[in-house]
Amino acid sequence: MSSAMNNRAFNLSVKPGGVPYSPLALTPGQDLKGYVFSKLGKATLFLMTCSSVFSVLLIFFFVIRESLIFFEQESLWSAITTHEWYPKSENPRHGMLALLAGSVYVTLASLFFSVPVGIMAAVFLSDLVSFKVRAVVKPVIEILAAIPSVAYGFFAVLVLAPWMQDHWGFSTGTNALNASIILSIMALPTIISVAEDSISSLGPELREASYGLGATRFETLFKVVIPAAHSGIIAAVILGMMRAIGETMVVWMASGNASQIPTPWWDLTQSVRTMTATIAGEMGETEHGSIHYGALFAVGVYLLIITFSLNLVSECFLARAKKAMGKT
Amino acid sequence: MNSRKLMVATLFLAMFVQGIQAETLQIDGSTTVGPIAEAFAEYFKGIYPDLEISVKKTGSGDGAKALGDNMCDVAAMSRFMKSVEFTKCANKGIMPVAHVVAMDGICIIVHPSNPVKALTTQQVQDIYLGKISNWRQVGGSNLAIVPVSRDTSSGTYETFHGLVMKKKDIASKVEYVNANPQAHARVSGNRGAIAYVGLGFVDKKVKVLSIDGVVPSKRTIVSGVYPVARPLFLFTNGYPKLGSMVHRFVTFHLTEVGQELVEAKKFVPVTDY
Repeated sequence: MSSAMNNRAFNLSVKPGGVPYSPLALTPGQDLKGYVFSKLGKATLFLMTCSSVFSVLLIFFFVIRESLIFFEQESLWSAITTHEWYPKSENPRHGMLALLAGSVYVTLASLFFSVPVGIMAAVFLSDLVSFKVRAVVKPVIEILAAIPSVAYGFFAVLVLAPWMQDHWGFSTGTNALNASIILSIMALPTIISVAEDSISSLGPELREASYGLGATRFETLFKVVIPAAHSGIIAAVILGMMRAIGETMVVWMASGNASQIPTPWWDLTQSVRTMTATIAGEMGETEHGSIHYGALFAVGVYLLIITFSLNLVSECFLARAKKAMGKT
Repeated sequence: MNSRKLMVATLFLAMFVQGIQAETLQIDGSTTVGPIAEAFAEYFKGIYPDLEISVKKTGSGDGAKALGDNMCDVAAMSRFMKSVEFTKCANKGIMPVAHVVAMDGICIIVHPSNPVKALTTQQVQDIYLGKISNWRQVGGSNLAIVPVSRDTSSGTYETFHGLVMKKKDIASKVEYVNANPQAHARVSGNRGAIAYVGLGFVDKKVKVLSIDGVVPSKRTIVSGVYPVARPLFLFTNGYPKLGSMVHRFVTFHLTEVGQELVEAKKFVPVTDY
């Protein structure tokens, strides 16, 4: 007995009963190799993760650096408070207010369509529908996100625009309304899936307690479930908003690109131009290093500021939603 | 062993021959003329396999600069050289010579149902300035005018802006599209729309207006009667040595193939027959 133990302790290559026996202890070489490889693997993964962080920083750096050509001549404030965008004129003007207004119009109007539909769909998918239907419907909704935006753009220009002219009597079918309808469809999958996740993660206790108190299904959904999931829903809305504000191809094709602020201000049937569309439409052939080039990057800086702050807010709400989930 | 020696020798010989025959031709300049130069270059590659030919599309200004710096053999330009550019070249001992390869004629188009048949340059300008906003004001039906322009970085816009707008700023309500087919689609799909496209993009789905009483056609554009047209240039350093590759390139538009290529790129070849 004791000799067997001794054998085990000192001769690690013993294979009792013919079963392959792998020792727990490692030779120094193996040990070193393991150490080096684990560190190396960690470092590689760290670098890969960093590359995306690094590229974000690079983008910020690059966009801001290129926009300096413009900001040397005009202040951050004066550019955004004038509305005449005539970069190729004899007397070039780079007022971005109309472009900012265009982006805001199109984004807010698209939220006006997509938020109610998105939240209702999320509630329906998480609380009302049978598992079988849900298993079909949810992937189909997510396909919406996979359709390339240029396909949406073609639909906007070739189907929706003429239809609006013929049936609603608009003088032009490519307008703020057209762009925002298309954008709202594009934002739907984001809004639905994030909101649905947060609503269904609430757990049955809350709903059962509400039913137990005698609430109807309607009351439970609208007075208990939706308020309880509000952080996740707000995050969903902001993510949808970012999708809409950052979208380029669709707005370039569908919004008409007139750099004006509609008069009267609520008239969505007029054509507008967004910040993203301006960059996409004019960057291609602008002379490198010219003031126009700098101005386009300045538009990019404003866009970055907007999306960055929206992203921060949504992160904030998502964190809050996670915390709330942890408590229940 | 022997065969390997032979191979090396052949390779060496091939390199040597290549070194003698390889000629380079560098073209730089306008994005408007670029497609023509590219089409020519593509054809040249086919008939002269040893020719190294490159086409850069940077812009007319960059083309003029490159010619002055001796960085290219041919500068493609959608406008004539400015006196500053010309002087710069001349000071460096380079004498720019212009070759007109094609004409760029721009048609003003409206929806086929529009009763208006003719406008003057002034009227078109007023439409794009926002002074005229209803077709009734120019003899049409009571319908709002939806003016559509090309994006400001296109050569077509440049021509229109110079020849029709006389460099005045287009009204802010004017819509923008970034390609000729899109302008065409917008007009064929909207009864009140007006837009401008190159002559090659006109078909039955849109109606071409006569401008200042002249209907745009190859003939009227080439003869200069139609007001919204401009020549497109290739600039070389002096008149190229006859028979050289540069000479063949800048005279290629005179050949049948050259003219077909110009037309395929939706420009008007320079002929009068």
